[in-house]
Amino acid sequence: MRLPLLALLAKEPAHGYELKHALEKTFGSAYPSPNIGQIYVTLGRLEKDGYVRAVDVEQSNRPNKKVYYLTAVGREALENWVDEPTEGPRVRDEFFMKLVLAPLTGIADRMALVNRQRRHYLSLMRDLNELAEQTDPGNRVALLLIEGAMLHLQADLDWLERCQEELP
Amino acid sequence: MTGTPAIKAINLVKIYQSGGVPVPAVRGIDMRVESGEFVAIMGPSGSGKSTLVHMLGGLDVRTSGEIWLDGTRADTLSESGWALLRRRKVGFVFQFFNLVANMTVADNVELPALLGGATPRQARERREYLLGELGLTERASAAPAQLSGGEQQRVALARALANQPRLLLADEPTGNLDSRNTKDVLRLLSDVHRKGQTIVLVTHDARVASMADRVVSLLDGEIVDDGALPRARRRPAGTVGDVVELRG
Repeated sequence: MRLPLLALLAKEPAHGYELKHALEKTFGSAYPSPNIGQIYVTLGRLEKDGYVRAVDVEQSNRPNKKVYYLTAVGREALENWVDEPTEGPRVRDEFFMKLVLAPLTGIADRMALVNRQRRHYLSLMRDLNELAEQTDPGNRVALLLIEGAMLHLQADLDWLERCQEELP
Repeated sequence: MTGTPAIKAINLVKIYQSGGVPVPAVRGIDMRVESGEFVAIMGPSGSGKSTLVHMLGGLDVRTSGEIWLDGTRADTLSESGWALLRRRKVGFVFQFFNLVANMTVADNVELPALLGGATPRQARERREYLLGELGLTERASAAPAQLSGGEQQRVALARALANQPRLLLADEPTGNLDSRNTKDVLRLLSDVHRKGQTIVLVTHDARVASMADRVVSLLDGEIVDDGALPRARRRPAGTVGDVVELRG
């Protein structure tokens, strides 16, 4: 959460709710909506580390609001983030662990594990299909995020099939 | 469930001969598909998926077992008997498209409707609807050879649906499509399914399979799983975070 917030603040100073809305609007409903508490906690830490600073802005009939802006140190951290290659996807290995280890204990049958997992992946895919249908066709970022999730899920299914073929 | 099933297969077996060695491709499959049901068949390559749908469409002869389509015993039919049954009741989308090369796209799609007894006007309207749904309206007067692989595949689907068959059989109907064209195919399949079309298709594509009412998984010529997908729990927005996690 830290670096996306820095990136949004590099565009313009903002308060917490504006940052929450910007994330939701950009990434759409496939992206788990950050809760406002998390955002304020993160902003607090960024402030402590000197990446952002806050100013109080008076509002006529409401309490003051805190508007955050990026410091030079914050900008440098952001630039480092942008310049580094990003870690590749990690194989989600919890199911694989289960598949390999559970049958050794005699408490599960591999075929049943694979079948149940396949149905689960396909129902997730169905959710993604529905999500894609409900997403504003103009929101390319949100649609690409959903497509990325679908491609990952397809890879998981292909892997599952390989496991079913190879493991007795 | 009562009523005549669209498909009933009983202990269906297919054994190929390969240089004197019998190679079993399908080893005793029992399967029932209700009218209006959408069934996806999945499984690794070589698991017998294609052989199974080819047998169900009469395009491959079964070694033993029974096939009933819409209450009629089909496995004992002659080749011409099958051809007649297909013309009346079955649309088939092949992995290789089998379009008639010297006919336009429009004629390829209208032909089965005309053969099935539709009037020229009905055939034209159906063709216009199908090509429109698949984003091919502008290609209507092209010849198959002028189309990309993905376009030919969509024409093959339109053709299979032209005479509103009781049963649509398809072997990897999105195998040659990019993500955008797949979306058109998905939309059309879900549309015709909603209107009552029975669909049995073989697919690797999880997007296609996830639209089915039921998924049948094959391994080594046998069914290893057969069941409805857990109905999509209407998750609160955002919990697709099971799949999507953006780090930062």
